[in-house]
Amino acid sequence: MKRRDFIQKTSAGTALITLGNLSLSSFATASEIKKITILHTNDVHSHIDPFGPEDGRNANKGGVARRASLIESIRKENPNTLLLDAGDIFQGTPYFNYYGGELEFKLMSMLKYDVATIGNHDFDNGIDGLFAQLPHAKFDFISANYNFSNTVMDTHVKPYKIFIKEGIKIGVFGLGIELEGLVDKSNYKETKYLNPIEISQEMTRILKTEEKCDLIICLSHLGYNYKNETDKISDLKLAEATKNIDLIIGGHTHTFLKKPTIVKNKEGNNMLVNQVGCYGINLGKIDFYFDSKKNVAANGTSIIV
Amino acid sequence: MYPYKIEGKQISISDSIQTNYEIDNFIKPYREHIFKDLDSVLAYSANTYSKTDGEFNTAIGNFMADAIYDQVNPVFKARTGKDIDMVILNHGGIRSIISKGNITTKTAFELMPFENTLVVVALKGTQIDSLVSYLCRSKKAHPISKLKLTIDKDFKVIDATIKGNKIDDSKTYYVTTNDFLYNGGDNMTFFKPNDSLYDLNYKIRNVLIDYFKKVDTISPVIDDRFIQIK
Repeated sequence: MKRRDFIQKTSAGTALITLGNLSLSSFATASEIKKITILHTNDVHSHIDPFGPEDGRNANKGGVARRASLIESIRKENPNTLLLDAGDIFQGTPYFNYYGGELEFKLMSMLKYDVATIGNHDFDNGIDGLFAQLPHAKFDFISANYNFSNTVMDTHVKPYKIFIKEGIKIGVFGLGIELEGLVDKSNYKETKYLNPIEISQEMTRILKTEEKCDLIICLSHLGYNYKNETDKISDLKLAEATKNIDLIIGGHTHTFLKKPTIVKNKEGNNMLVNQVGCYGINLGKIDFYFDSKKNVAANGTSIIV
Repeated sequence: MYPYKIEGKQISISDSIQTNYEIDNFIKPYREHIFKDLDSVLAYSANTYSKTDGEFNTAIGNFMADAIYDQVNPVFKARTGKDIDMVILNHGGIRSIISKGNITTKTAFELMPFENTLVVVALKGTQIDSLVSYLCRSKKAHPISKLKLTIDKDFKVIDATIKGNKIDDSKTYYVTTNDFLYNGGDNMTFFKPNDSLYDLNYKIRNVLIDYFKKVDTISPVIDDRFIQIK
């Protein structure tokens, strides 16, 4: 039982173990175990090729063709895998300047991304530039707090998407950052930004109560945390202010974390916030294990990071 | 149903992961086109120019501001019948040096990696005064064209002219800058309010590329457009 050393024992985790009938060893032998793997990237910023050997910071890292191999091998191991991107797909290499995002979307489609949200840089060629590339994307875009109804993107972005993998219902909703002051108005045009906390409360109500999702994921481009701007909404703040979100996958701040952050939500339950830096040099991987025979309570989950 | 266990980790995409050749072959024609295009020679640079060479004006900054004036004025005139009076950029916006030798498309990308576009702002002479005091205060070689500024040892204006004429408080001047500065970037707050704004939808990088294509050799110099008399 050496693995137990790695378990970050939260109060919830302790409660689980004291239940007695749910020991770790019994998980290993349970027959009804279902595993959902969530893979994610953020802020890839048109980094299609790996960094060269001479790069001062990220030498020989990244590259879509390598990411493809990695994702393929993970999918082979577990077909119940979702691949998500938290925005800022565009801007950062000449691939974007030359092709306007066409290649980024085509490659993400070849890698079978399931869904992505929209980052501020995805407006860099204007909302029309984003719209023009949509035919190259075989995956969906989700954003619950951007109201696109007076723009060309109207009807092309849904607030959330539901996936069912081996009977497990997974709801994913998107959140975008305040565009005013960050993106030129002529680029985002009539896109309306709505309060992320209020929208998240609405989303979790729909996904939990109406849709009865087993897993709720927020795909966010709000940014991990703003130390010097205490009023600014971030993933950590959102996590604390909401309930029923199991995982926030973030972006925007290019935050490199040693491991996903465990946050106590509004109800005191543990959930995860993760972000994997930028430029496609890392892939995030979160595995959720379900056991239909031993349905634990919301606070009975052990989190191993 | 709730998950009983969650495991999270991050996997580094390193060179130990095999390249997927189906994907790589798909990228190849795009990559080759870009590299071929980026490496295409557009002009020749007589020297190496850096934004750190020069006190209040630099050869590279003068080149950028003058090139913008030359490229943009005909466009503006064709659209409005008016001439541009001056150009102002920011020193921080010069993102690299220009090296002696061949200038390629890549040079323009290095010099201007951002997608900023040019705008023309109609400013009253009184606002040009604010622009001039900004330049005096900033003590930086912000690139300018057609504006000439002489300051004393205390950074006070001795002389300021636009196209050789004293600044007239009641006149309207057509000032070209980029959208970033127009929106207050680098604390350039003097563009608002204004009489009118013309969005040229012309990217700075494309201006540079078009200019490089037009000329054979560039050999800009540090001149007397912005100097301090001590």
